[in-house]
Formats: sequence, C-alpha cells, structure tokens
Amino acid sequence: TLAERTNLAGVRHILLVLSGKGGVGKSTISTELALALCNAGKRVGILDVDLCGPSIPRMLRVQDSAVHQCDSGWVPVFVGQDKAIALMSIGFLLERPDDAVVWRGPKKNALIKQFVTDVAWGDLDFLIVDTPPGTSDEHISTVEALRPYQLLGAILVTTPQ
Amino acid sequence: ECPGTGSAQAGRAAACQGCPNQGLCAAGTAGPDPAEAAELRARLRAVRHTVLVLSGKGGVGKSTFSALLAHGLAADETKQVALLDIDICGPSIPKMMGLEGEQVHQSGSGWSPVYVEENLGVMSVGFLLSSPDDAVIWRGPKKNGLIKQFLRDVDWGEVDYLIVDTPPGTSDEHLSIVQYLSAIHIDGAVIVTTPQEVSLQDVRKEINFCRKVKLPIIGVVENMSGFVCPKCKNESQIFPPTTGGAEKMCQNLNVSLLGKVPLDPQIGKSCDRGQSFLAEAPESPATLSYRNIIQRIQEYCEQHHFQEEKIM
Repeated sequence: TLAERTNLAGVRHILLVLSGKGGVGKSTISTELALALCNAGKRVGILDVDLCGPSIPRMLRVQDSAVHQCDSGWVPVFVGQDKAIALMSIGFLLERPDDAVVWRGPKKNALIKQFVTDVAWGDLDFLIVDTPPGTSDEHISTVEALRPYQLLGAILVTTPQ
Repeated sequence: ECPGTGSAQAGRAAACQGCPNQGLCAAGTAGPDPAEAAELRARLRAVRHTVLVLSGKGGVGKSTFSALLAHGLAADETKQVALLDIDICGPSIPKMMGLEGEQVHQSGSGWSPVYVEENLGVMSVGFLLSSPDDAVIWRGPKKNGLIKQFLRDVDWGEVDYLIVDTPPGTSDEHLSIVQYLSAIHIDGAVIVTTPQEVSLQDVRKEINFCRKVKLPIIGVVENMSGFVCPKCKNESQIFPPTTGGAEKMCQNLNVSLLGKVPLDPQIGKSCDRGQSFLAEAPESPATLSYRNIIQRIQEYCEQHHFQEEKIM
C-alpha cells in the first residue's frame, strides 16, 4: 500500500498535541512527552508544524541547527542527550532566527504536506506532532496529510481559566 | 533573483517564471483592488486613530490588553471607541467584554457593532456563532473574506479609536488587516509579550513583520512581568526573563518599551467574568501599569495626528 512505502511507514504511533488557545504549553508538553518517552527507551520523533512561531528547536537547544537532504527526503535533526529524538521544524529552514514566516494559507499547506511526507523519520515508536494555536490551515492540512496513517489520537492542552 | 516570498512582487516578478513556488507566491499577494480600497476608505473615513494589537506568541495577553485599552480610552465619554476582534478561530473579546451570547444586527447602513457602553462598540466572529463552542475551521481565504466584511459592512460611525485585536502569528489575518487598512491610516502596532525567551523569539519575528509591511511600532508591552504576593509582599518572577526580557529586546531592536505589567490573578478573573479589570481592581499595581501604558499610546496617537495635520 502507499502507506507502507512512505517515510511514515516505520512510525508506529502518531500523536497530535492541540489546543485552540495559544500559550497554554503545547510545545512544552510535546517536548517533555518526547523526553519522557525517550527516557523510557522508546524511539521518538517530533514534528513541529507551527510555522509562524516554532518553539521546539529552542526548547531542545538546537535552534542553530540546519537540515540536510537525503534520497528519501529531509533528514531530521537528532536532539536530546543521546541524540535519540528526531526533530523537524521550520525553525531549521530559516536563514535568521528572527525572520518572520509571513505566509498565507496555501503556502503553509504546501510546506506542511512536505513535512509530513518528505522527512526520513526511519523507525519510530512515537511521532509527536506539535501544532500552533487555532483551528485553521495548519490543522486541516496536518490531519489531511496524516489521514492514510494510523493516528493514535490527540492530546488537548489547556490552562484553568 | 527571487524577490522574496513575502515581497509584493512575490510570484509576479520576471525571476518567478518557472519557479515551482510561483503559483503559491502569486496566490498570496493579492491586496484589495482599487475599487475595494475605495469602498473601505469610504466606510472607514470617520475613523481617526487605528491601533493594531499584535504578538506572534499566543497566550501573552493581546485580547486582555485590547479589552483594557478599549475600556481605558472609553472612560473619556467624549471619545468614541471601536474594538474589532479578528481572531477568527479563538475569539476572546466577547467573553472579556461581557458580551457572550450577543448577536449582530443588520440595519440599512450595515452591521451594527455590539455596544458595551454608548461610546464603546465591539465586533467579533464570536457574535456570529450559534454556540460558543462551535469551531470555526476555516482556511486562510475564508478568514480574509470575513475580515474584509468586518471592515466594509460594519457601520462603525464616527470613531476616535479603532483597536484591532489579532490572533497569534504572522499569517493571513495579519497580512489582510494591514492590506485592507492601508486604504486608511494605521497609527501603529502595540506588540505584547511575556518575559521569557520562548515568547520573545516569536515577538522578534512580529517586529520584523511590522518592519516588512512598514507598520509603525508604537511599542512593546511586557505582561506577566513578576508577581507580588498580596500576603507577604515577596516578589517572584513566575516567567523569568532569562535573556533580559522585553527590556533587553527593545534596546536591541530599537523599539519603545511601553511598560511592564505584573501578574495579578484578578486580571484573569475579570476577563473570565467579562468585567473591566481596571474598574474591578483600581488599586492593583497592574492597573497602574496599564493606565500608564494606555496614556502613552494615547499621546503617541495624538502627537502623530498633529504631525500629520502639520504636514497637510
């Protein structure tokens, strides 16, 4: 099947971290969850689809990294103490960290599709997908691109108010 | 030579022919056509000052600040204030202004804003939903369409201050509002942040966005800046400014720091209850900060207007 021959073929579980509201700790939770799963011996990847405000690279201290291409697509950046967590974020594609990604929906959708299908994730137990606030282009495109695969489910993050 | 994906020439320059991204770049850059621009100019002719409240980062207090700015300016009963909420996916303004459940009415002259006070009118997608939990799952073009309607079809009347609350990010909503409002004049943007680097890194992008689209920056507001315990009076940095906070960022980027607002649990409570925090907690240090910031914004706008008139 198509799913079997793709870059996500070796990924066992895909988790979405969502909110709706900004600033409640989605990226923080995504990062801590990845680190905890990694500590428990699992193979983990993080896909950061927040194109306007990518927070994950800084949280894992790789904000100055760059990505490379291989035959099957982009090679993720390996982070964490044992370089065991695979990470992809638009943060790695920016020339300067303060560059604003001022894109309208169609352009964001194109990159998200690429992030989902063109990153050589290899074999992972968990792929955690961190999202921006809202229910718009990034969310629709991510869910659509992930539809052929086994989505474990979504974790929703909030604060009390 | 690529003109840059964010430039006005994106997708349309000679160098764009044959670029695989050409279609996407060209799709994103349409601003209002001249007829539309004329329509918007006519509708917004009686708006004296426009302030955009931006961040880049979510959850830092844009809507809270927009609501309090509106209340603060409307305290002067001779001023007419309009608050426009263009956060289509997560509209917070109706709840913060105590207007949940209100609906928009149509009249001969267009959509009527929902009035909190006689001199304070509000518009938000929140008023168009049949239930507050309805998700607005729209792609960019549809969001842009509604924003245009908010500007073209709402009968704002004579307005001294139009405050526009935005969602986090630098995307459709932000590009559209700047493009549509280019038909009139935007005094500037107030950028909201919190002290930690994870916020500042998004806010620096927002500052660059403003510079890219030539939007003047009135200044930066640092929310959640310290907490003073009401019992023991000890001060804690709940969100430590590990890289110098907004103060350092403003120095580095040569923008004005309008003020720092400490955390006060009453702020969140007032927002949840739809009350003005300034009225509910007039003695709070946060209220004092907010009032100073509001005054600085007012002075900026008045001074700007004076300079414009001088030029004309």
